[in-house]
Amino acid sequence: MSRFLYADHAATTALSPAALEAMLPLMQTEYGNPSSLYSFGQQAKEVLDNARAQVAAALHADPSEIFFTSGGTESDNWAVKGVAEARKNKGRHIITSAVEHHAVLYTAKYLEKQGFEVTYLPVDGYGMVSPDSLRAALRPDTILVSVMTANNEVGTIQPIKELAQAAHEGGAIFHTDAVQAVGHIPVDVEELGVDLLSLSGHKFCGPKGAGALYVRRAVPISSLFHGGGQEHTRRSGTENTAGIAGLAAALAAAVAAMPAESARLTALRDKLTAGLSAIPRTRFTGHPTQRLPGNASFIFECIEGEALILRLSALGICSSTGSACSSKSLEPSHVLMAMGLPHEIVHGSLRLTLGEENTEEDVDYLIRSVTQVVAGLRELSPIWEG
Amino acid sequence: MALYSDKVMDHFTNPRNVGEVENANAVGQVGNAVCGDIMKMSMRIENDIIQEVKFKTFGCGSAIATSSMATELVKGKSVDEALKLTNQAVAEALDGLPPQKMHCSVLAEEAIRAALADYYTRQGINPVPIVGCIEDCDCCNH
Repeated sequence: MSRFLYADHAATTALSPAALEAMLPLMQTEYGNPSSLYSFGQQAKEVLDNARAQVAAALHADPSEIFFTSGGTESDNWAVKGVAEARKNKGRHIITSAVEHHAVLYTAKYLEKQGFEVTYLPVDGYGMVSPDSLRAALRPDTILVSVMTANNEVGTIQPIKELAQAAHEGGAIFHTDAVQAVGHIPVDVEELGVDLLSLSGHKFCGPKGAGALYVRRAVPISSLFHGGGQEHTRRSGTENTAGIAGLAAALAAAVAAMPAESARLTALRDKLTAGLSAIPRTRFTGHPTQRLPGNASFIFECIEGEALILRLSALGICSSTGSACSSKSLEPSHVLMAMGLPHEIVHGSLRLTLGEENTEEDVDYLIRSVTQVVAGLRELSPIWEG
Repeated sequence: MALYSDKVMDHFTNPRNVGEVENANAVGQVGNAVCGDIMKMSMRIENDIIQEVKFKTFGCGSAIATSSMATELVKGKSVDEALKLTNQAVAEALDGLPPQKMHCSVLAEEAIRAALADYYTRQGINPVPIVGCIEDCDCCNH
């Protein structure tokens, strides 16, 4: 049976028809450079302005606080490096968490080599950062705190409002990598009180290669890209008008559909979780309730993740794992390790992230397939006592 | 170009000689769960020939494929011939492995050696001069 079941929406998502529709004219006939003075260019600028307003509205920010980038990684790099550079005379201490995406983590490690000091806050068994541990880590020379809104591997949603408050009480700027959260759960920069926020188009049915950084007015941040002065001189480079238009259209659609869609996905995910939890010696990882609607992550003892993913792929299923063998570095998932899970079982991890096109039928197929594949790999395993 | 060759995918999807040999007189296990790779080889050796050989593996696609192929390469062979099995031979028989997965073929070779070492140990013969030193998996630094 040749079936295609995409269950890896945390990795990327399909471009929505609305996004494609917004993008096409910009790739075909409306190709003007928004910086050009003639009307053909100014028309492109208008597209840009409308996109900016749409993104701002979705986040409850002002359009002047939205800057377009090439994606989540650039936004994360810019936020962390940009604030470090702008405030390095005030202090050189940065705080982040042990479960951040590598775009933040490796940027922090890079800054350590440049003479900054970084504290990596530990997390509990659910992958949650505690505001108390942040308060304890803050110092007079702390200039930046960066904690992600929701984790890409286990879906845990952080207490961002409390963390931002704690950071401000400590005199630090607060950035959040909201790449997995935007478009899936309500994200309101006023309510959360964050100073900087990263988002990425291809995580909510927008195109790859387009993202944004929210920068609260008056927050000091140096630029990464110097040049033609686009994005109010903050981020030079001719604007990716098609990508930006697609991102804005996708975000507007995601926000409109959110109440119904998140309820639908939560129900599907909960059914999936119940079905897979019936497999013996299985752990459900991440917070049980404070988690992204479509995210279901597990550990199956005595089997290895890459083998699991490949056998599921043969059944038409797209999924992901945090096993060492599947990573470029041959290191197991730093997120699962930070959550205190025993090293020996971290290899047997599976992440399924449901999205727009997944149905109840898909969930039934996933339950049957994962159950079958796990049993098959356990038969092969010398450490499984049937 | 795909991650794995067709031969690797075949041995991974349809592994040969899975299980544990009854009345085995040669059993070896290498690797560890922290590393994410454990291979167990069991054999029944009679008249110096590996009459039966089976494997069990906890590990990735390469780990399963290399251990499956290793059993195929030693089945029916003499102990001397099995001792000559190298990880390169296993990798070549599979039409090659990605560079970062070559250590799986090394583990498969070591699993065979561990079983053969056990064969000699059970007879009261010191296996080290014949089989060599069975080192623990050093694919990771734990």
